[in-house]
Amino acid sequence: MKRITFKIALILISTLLMGGVLGSVVTGDMNVLIGEAVASQSAQPAPVSGKIEANRALTIPMFIIVITITLGIVYWAAKRTHTTSDFYAARSSITGTQNGWAIAGDFMSAATFLGVPGLIALFGFDGLYWAIGPMLAFATILFLAAEPLRNLGKYTLGDILTLRGSEIPVRSTVAFTTFILCIMYLITQLVGAGQLMRLLLGIPYEVSVIGTGILMIIYVLFGGMIATTWVQIIKAVFLMSGGVILFIIAGVKLGFNPVKLFEGVVASTAVQDWVQTGLLKHAVADPGFDYGQRFIEPGLFIKNPWDQLSNCIGFLFGTAATPHILMRFFTVPDAKAARKSVVVAMLLIGGFFLMIASFIGFGAALFAMPQTVLKAGGGGNMASLILGKLLGSEVAPWIGDMLLAYLCAVAFATILAVVSGVVLAGAGGLAHDFYVNIVKKGKCEQREQMKAARIFAIVVGTIGVILTLMCEKQNVAHLGVLAFGIAASGNFPALMLALFWKKTSTSGVIAALLAGTIASVGLVLVSPTMEYPKVIAAQANKIVETLEKKQAEGIVLSEKEAATLAKARKDYEANKNKTSIIGLDKPLIPLKNPGIVAAPIGFLAGIIFSLLLPNRREEEAYSEIHVRLHTGKAISETVGQ
Amino acid sequence: MADRKQLDWAKIAQDESFIELHKTKTRFLFGWWVALTLFSFMLPLGAGYVPDLFRAKIIGKINFAYLFVIVQIVISMSMSVIYYNWANRVSDKMTEEFIKKVKRGD
Repeated sequence: MKRITFKIALILISTLLMGGVLGSVVTGDMNVLIGEAVASQSAQPAPVSGKIEANRALTIPMFIIVITITLGIVYWAAKRTHTTSDFYAARSSITGTQNGWAIAGDFMSAATFLGVPGLIALFGFDGLYWAIGPMLAFATILFLAAEPLRNLGKYTLGDILTLRGSEIPVRSTVAFTTFILCIMYLITQLVGAGQLMRLLLGIPYEVSVIGTGILMIIYVLFGGMIATTWVQIIKAVFLMSGGVILFIIAGVKLGFNPVKLFEGVVASTAVQDWVQTGLLKHAVADPGFDYGQRFIEPGLFIKNPWDQLSNCIGFLFGTAATPHILMRFFTVPDAKAARKSVVVAMLLIGGFFLMIASFIGFGAALFAMPQTVLKAGGGGNMASLILGKLLGSEVAPWIGDMLLAYLCAVAFATILAVVSGVVLAGAGGLAHDFYVNIVKKGKCEQREQMKAARIFAIVVGTIGVILTLMCEKQNVAHLGVLAFGIAASGNFPALMLALFWKKTSTSGVIAALLAGTIASVGLVLVSPTMEYPKVIAAQANKIVETLEKKQAEGIVLSEKEAATLAKARKDYEANKNKTSIIGLDKPLIPLKNPGIVAAPIGFLAGIIFSLLLPNRREEEAYSEIHVRLHTGKAISETVGQ
Repeated sequence: MADRKQLDWAKIAQDESFIELHKTKTRFLFGWWVALTLFSFMLPLGAGYVPDLFRAKIIGKINFAYLFVIVQIVISMSMSVIYYNWANRVSDKMTEEFIKKVKRGD
């Protein structure tokens, strides 16, 4: 009976999705934006020019292949998912290497594959910080978190934090922060998915968000961690291959010579023009200033070094305490495998970033050009796609089409896999920590536990989809910063104190979680990450004044300058009377990322409250954690415990 | 499971070979983590406070800051492999020995 219901559900959903996707083939105009953007470059002096003709007939079948393969995995995994151990931790049967690929997959979301090359193509050197942060983050995970987590944990962060503390207060707090964090992360991913699909394929935002949402819920609901892991592994293989292809086609053009690459970037008039007018807002070129070289120097995106450091700290602590990454360490059998999985993940992620940091990212700036990348929409996310299409088409038009279609499918698979991992982590927080261990006080049969896990997977997924539909026109960048901020400032200090400090008490853990979370939310709300219309208006006004002064001096503005003037006037009018979400005219703090302030607040709160409200029993219980942290289960097994 | 005995965790934690294991691991792990973190932090701070050094062209147009990034990624990757080999060679053996010792009931 159950099997039949499952099959029917699968068939229904696949039909629905394919219907939706195919339906939009008939309507809408594929890739209008990329087409226009790239076509317009022929007007500019650039090393490469080419017209883009998009091909839905190639992209849609690839999407269907991705959906079919992943649903196949889900079907296979569903037959193996019976207990909570299967559902949350894939029976701890994943090998180190497999888990390494899965971790790489979990971490490298569309933000990595599309976002980082986009940041490099738009902001030059500063985009590279998004490649360094993760490397540092994984070193932290490898050295401080992976093995202890495996040695002590079961399914969730809550399991670790309650090893010696009292259950109810800690579990409810961590279930709450996990839920908030997962929802925020989910929204940023799904908004990205919706915008991407609309840009790439002309599929309406709602259709792609709901479609992606339904798929992710199915993956988690039926396949649990086993399906999520394998979807993640396959996606990571897709992603790496996509990266290698881009690296090779861009590299071959430059003879794999980085010196030639950067000479090209610096000499590109498009890049020079972009740095001058787009980034530095010099309405008139500064004589003697090397705008091309400036592109590959730091400070075009984040000028304040402490802000940049704060960004690194957010990554450093945040990644290690993100629930969906954390959960991956419970899927392997022992600490040795956990260690191996991080090493494999670091080699994969590092390799990927080396490709992005060279020919992919700066290649996109050189060949696709910042202006085109910006125009293509998605905040730079189209950079690597445009690059693939452009360079592929130089070999043969059909290769460009194939490559673009393949890269789109990779992006799609990436989003699907990451959101599934996040939904599973969110469901784990609510079902395992909140329902089973608080509401049912741990007395709950397997069947009921599984039911709770599945119901909460639907709840988390649905809430994520509904909020995403409401956020279509919103700038959700701050939600991503916030999610990492909460992980870095709340979860991470709580985790580290619980693992490594004898005196940590229940009050300390809760204080760390709450203080870190509140500090992150508070700081982001008053930070420059939010939008401040009056600041935008002031910038626009400055351009208007400069150009009007030039006009007043009797100089005739060039066509481009006239366009800039018109746009600046429009921006000024649209923004001059508005305020930010919480009613501010300008940010109260200069930091875009709260990490450098909020993470110490989390740690301090944890330490102070542990000392103020100590707990003798918990302090004594630390010996066991301390020993098991290094030895794992083996030590209890040797004496039959 | 009538003969199930409760491990005296406090006593085990005081065991000489456990303390040695803990010390060895902490020295390696925490030491390298701090070193790597400080090294990485030098990029944003250096780029902000000694911009001339980080802007300096080293090979063709490639500047110091860019080389710093590449070196940082490569070092992170290498450190992971170095730790992996060290752990397999050193700390895993110590852990095994220690567990055997507990099992013997010393």
